[in-house]
Amino acid sequence: MDVRKTYKLFVNGEFVRSESGRAYRPDGNVNVPRGSRKDLRDAVRAARTAFPGWSGRTAMNRGQILYRAAEMLDGRASQFIELLGGGTRPRRELDQAVETLVWYAGWTDKLSQVTGTVNPVAGPYFNFTIPEPTGVVGIIAPEDDPLAGLVRRIAPALCGGNVVVALAAESHPLAALTLAEVLATSDLPGGVVNILSGQRKELIPWLAAHMDVNAIDVAGCTGDEIKTIEEAAAGNVKRVIKVAAKERSPYLVAAFMEMKTIWHPIGV
Amino acid sequence: MALTKKQTAELAKQVFEYAPAPESIDHVKIQPRYGLFIGGRMVEGHSKKRFPTINPATEAKLAEVVEADEVDVDHAVKAADKAFETWARLAPSQRARYLFRISRLIQERSRELAVVETMDGGKPIKESRDVDIPLAAAHFFYYAGWADKLEWAFPNRKPKPIGVAGQVIPWNFPLLMLAWKIAPALAAGNTVVLKPAETTPLSAMVFAEICMQAELPPGVVNILTGAGKTGSLVVTHPDVKKVAFTGSTEVGKLIQRAIAGTGKRLTLELGGKAANIVFEDAPLDQAVEGIINGIYFNQGHVCCAGSRLLVQESIAEPLLEKLKRRLSTLRLGDPLDKNTDIGAINSKAQLERIEGLVESGIEEGAELYQPDCVLPERGFWFPPTLFTNVSQSYRIAREEIFGPVLSVLTFRTPNEAVEKANNTPYGLSAGVWTDKGSRILWMAERMRAGVVWANTFNRFDPTSPFGGYKESGFGREGGVHGLLPYLELN
Amino acid sequence: MATALSLTHLGSLMRGVRSVDEVGADERAASLAKRSIKKSSKLWALDLAVRCMDLTTLEGADTPGKVAAMCAKAIRPKAGDPTIPSVAAVCVYPLRIADCVEHLRASTVRIASVATAFPSGQSFTSIKVAETEEAVRAGAHEIDMVIDRGAFLSGDYQRVYDEIVAVKEACGTAHLKVILETGELGTYDAVRRASILAMAAGADFIKTSTGKVQPAATLSVALVMMESIRDFVRETGQPVGFKAAGGIRTAKQAIAYLVLTYETLGSDWMTPDRLRLGASTLLNDVLMQIDKERTGAYQSPDYFTID
Repeated sequence: MDVRKTYKLFVNGEFVRSESGRAYRPDGNVNVPRGSRKDLRDAVRAARTAFPGWSGRTAMNRGQILYRAAEMLDGRASQFIELLGGGTRPRRELDQAVETLVWYAGWTDKLSQVTGTVNPVAGPYFNFTIPEPTGVVGIIAPEDDPLAGLVRRIAPALCGGNVVVALAAESHPLAALTLAEVLATSDLPGGVVNILSGQRKELIPWLAAHMDVNAIDVAGCTGDEIKTIEEAAAGNVKRVIKVAAKERSPYLVAAFMEMKTIWHPIGV
Repeated sequence: MALTKKQTAELAKQVFEYAPAPESIDHVKIQPRYGLFIGGRMVEGHSKKRFPTINPATEAKLAEVVEADEVDVDHAVKAADKAFETWARLAPSQRARYLFRISRLIQERSRELAVVETMDGGKPIKESRDVDIPLAAAHFFYYAGWADKLEWAFPNRKPKPIGVAGQVIPWNFPLLMLAWKIAPALAAGNTVVLKPAETTPLSAMVFAEICMQAELPPGVVNILTGAGKTGSLVVTHPDVKKVAFTGSTEVGKLIQRAIAGTGKRLTLELGGKAANIVFEDAPLDQAVEGIINGIYFNQGHVCCAGSRLLVQESIAEPLLEKLKRRLSTLRLGDPLDKNTDIGAINSKAQLERIEGLVESGIEEGAELYQPDCVLPERGFWFPPTLFTNVSQSYRIAREEIFGPVLSVLTFRTPNEAVEKANNTPYGLSAGVWTDKGSRILWMAERMRAGVVWANTFNRFDPTSPFGGYKESGFGREGGVHGLLPYLELN
Repeated sequence: MATALSLTHLGSLMRGVRSVDEVGADERAASLAKRSIKKSSKLWALDLAVRCMDLTTLEGADTPGKVAAMCAKAIRPKAGDPTIPSVAAVCVYPLRIADCVEHLRASTVRIASVATAFPSGQSFTSIKVAETEEAVRAGAHEIDMVIDRGAFLSGDYQRVYDEIVAVKEACGTAHLKVILETGELGTYDAVRRASILAMAAGADFIKTSTGKVQPAATLSVALVMMESIRDFVRETGQPVGFKAAGGIRTAKQAIAYLVLTYETLGSDWMTPDRLRLGASTLLNDVLMQIDKERTGAYQSPDYFTID
């Protein structure tokens, strides 16, 4: 007789129930927390607090942590495959998720070499442009690709040094909530990634309008959702990231980054 | 009542002894003899010739290794060539995973590697533990990430590997130099035959074990021990398409001549005589640390060592006073002691070279300074040394000593500093110490050196390209540029 | 006893003080922290740590009873063990000096009192001077003053300097430690500047912190201050002591400060006349480490009195 798991939200490095106490059953017999706007508020706050530390770590350190997440996820392969329904497609999805983490782990210490530049300005100045993380990134998981699809967005955001508040796929939230367990055991500092389950139409508006969220990734959204999000995002000029769902590239990482240019005179 | 004056005086006279703090070595098993690593296994090898490797701090024999001969070299190159067929066609993400594995394994076995490195080469344990081994692991981690991203490294190019790389490395940073060679080569899809230095083969032998632990496909990495002759056989083997050498300029030139006309790709990382330039506005105490680190780190066995101090005349006196005082706090002794700052000289031959050049310095008229230093009876040792009253023409100002010997010269203006710093056939590195940002950049622009360190020295990172101008060699190791020598950019 | 240098054009002199490279200073401090001090030298160091300790209580809730207990501990840190020396001094608020005098009269333990509107320093010079005078009258052998950070950070170096000179005079024969409150100064450059200013004004000791602000003492800041002391002594021949206070909780940290002092200032500073560690919970950790060295077993706090 199994000891069944209680699924919880992942906020500030801890597993918590929704402050609202509500639950819903998207996936048969399992109760999933129905995250509230207050849970979202707490998650954003946790992310913001974690941002200076995470973005201040060396690129290599972030790379090592992302690689560790791959190690942890690969170690739980069978658990995830079963969760996703078993068989070849879930197997492939799990492999893709692991590969995504490994791939982006290898970008942290190369990103600025590919997207940064030294600019030959017309004057005695040293001038360079470097990418910097934008800050708190909201991510909405695609409904049809609940594990690999979410990892494909979280990994590039983290790679650049951002912190994340992610909404699990509403219809299949368990993979995301279990992913949180992988992240929690990967030396990722608390608050760097926060994962909430709940209803899209309830949570998305709050995320999109939140004044302390710097960017929002809408790869997992419908056309109508995107329009609503873009309108709300205008409130604090949020960056709305619309790069295609299956895209894998350092330029996706750069989409979550700001470019800073610095000048300094050259003279004796 | 307070302590009496007598009591205070007594207390003050007591010297703070740091009791011996030996690194524990009982978890490390150095085997009495090693074979050659060919085709994924340790094999006896064809050559019957063996030679010992000793601990330069005690002169005790550590192990016996093979002096690989022509037949061994041929076996290794053939194994690498065969492995290349599969390795180059492997999915790049798979190559990446092998390299990530190797990086993690180095981390897992880091203390063992550090102890072996220190015992075999003589460098202080705190350096092998805190610098050499972590950088080696990091180097593999960095290049692992490039294996499946080459199309982003070079816009508009479709890079392909070259084939078998023949690599010969020196004794000053054995495992780190191995990492600098093998990691980019493998990431780019090549296979390698590597020859570690004659006096420091052991960490490469442990690395061979790591390759086996990582289940690296057989033949991707092959390691042959030996001396100059073996190295020569490796680089001149007709099936070796790419040669990488780090060592003395003298041997570098020999290699360049030996492979002339063969079409082999070549990179050389050779000697240096770096100028460490201190301006009057430099943060002095930190500059002193930088000078010390520049020339006494690893006993000065560093190609990019700041072996010439160019100090602005206006602060020469206070700087030298601080420098001399600081020399007296350097602890020389057992490299396995965690408090040791200066370890053993790598070999008798190297010690004799250092002694010879120091003699010449005295003869030519420079003023020698050495702090009081008790040298252990056995082993090869040289105290930290500095020469003042040095002219540009003295041998100690022109020739690479590769030991803990600093030559101090002065300058008056930035232009003079530039002139003197560049006045050498070498061009590996330079140091600039000043509080003024624009001057850092102005000086950096004018240094004819591949690496310029401003307000720091001897900083290495896998992301940061390293290599020389002029007779310090060509080609870069580290960073995106470090991939170029191992690729055909189609 | 230190005397003030006569200084004109203080402002421009202060602005000309050489800068400190933060990364280089941090690296040097970190490498000294890696020194491994073992066995007999560890025991020697731990013994020195006790002898150089200013056992401190600076709480609003301090009472005669609390102070009496601390004084007993100061004299005999480990109950029933006469081989452990007394600490260098106790450090208390001015109102508690009188409570210390009787308890410490027959011992070697000195009485240090904070003064000058500790910890903020945000009060009038006249008050600070009066407080110092009364503290000395009450029996303080040493005065730990704070510099006026408001004046320092707004560039009014003259004011800071004059205040130190005035307090020094009020000290009479008592020794003056000048607290820089390094955690509020912002950069190592400012720490160096403040160190030189304090020494020029006649400080007998310069001290890192009040312990009431984070960060308090760090090895890097201590290194910068010690290098300033070294330069000052070379220029003037006048020795100045160093005190680290705040945040030193473990014996390992204490030993790191001793190593730092030894390698930066030399053996002449390895004495309570020139080196102090201000702490409270540190003492028990040092005692535990001494027992661990002596017996070979890790210790429990249960066996060491909390006073």
